[in-house]
Amino acid sequence: MARFRFTHAAIDPAPLRRELADPACGGFAAFEGWVRDHNEGAAVRHLEYQAFEALAVKEGERILEEARTRFGVPRVLCVHRLGDLAIGEVAVWVGASAPHRHEAFLAARYVIDEVKHRLPIWKKEHYQNGDSGWVNCERCAAPDSAAHPHAHR
Amino acid sequence: MSARRLTVQYYALLREQAGRREESLESAAATPRELYGELRARYPFTLDPEVLRVAVNAEFAEWSQPLREGDTVVFIPPVAGG
Repeated sequence: MARFRFTHAAIDPAPLRRELADPACGGFAAFEGWVRDHNEGAAVRHLEYQAFEALAVKEGERILEEARTRFGVPRVLCVHRLGDLAIGEVAVWVGASAPHRHEAFLAARYVIDEVKHRLPIWKKEHYQNGDSGWVNCERCAAPDSAAHPHAHR
Repeated sequence: MSARRLTVQYYALLREQAGRREESLESAAATPRELYGELRARYPFTLDPEVLRVAVNAEFAEWSQPLREGDTVVFIPPVAGG
């Protein structure tokens, strides 16, 4: 069961939500990450996502398994988009269903936070002014980067 | 130490700076740390090893892990998923 996966096509939440349906579950929580039209003061035109898929899928599955065991959530799923995305498109979708709402919220929150920090996925922003840059990479390349270790684990 | 044949795959900023997605090379580097040093001499990589992680054969690895004949190495720039 591939509970973590990548797609190059637009993410449609409806069938994903159906995958998480479970008669024993009374709560369902989902998180969608959308492409935003600005970042740190710069107007963004579109985004490009790239992943080291062989490792990211394995690590993504590990994150989902952690969420299941940590919060006792039977069903949790994450789909991440790759390629070129326009403003407003869904970049990532996380859903969790559980007997009660509390665990569903916790699991969905846990998964998106870990996905952002642990998976080898990169985002290139293309700006309105014609510039572009890999998020978290260009400033790391600055000479004083050693003084600003980021949350990369 | 004799050279070993390795495959290196590049992603994101490193892919642009190397100008390639993947290459096969003979290297005397005994560890990923030594290999990144070799590659930095060849390509205009701006990322310091301190901000990278490394994977060998599609699993996270230590910078000091001994490299073996046939290993596939990926240097992982700061991530930005989600």
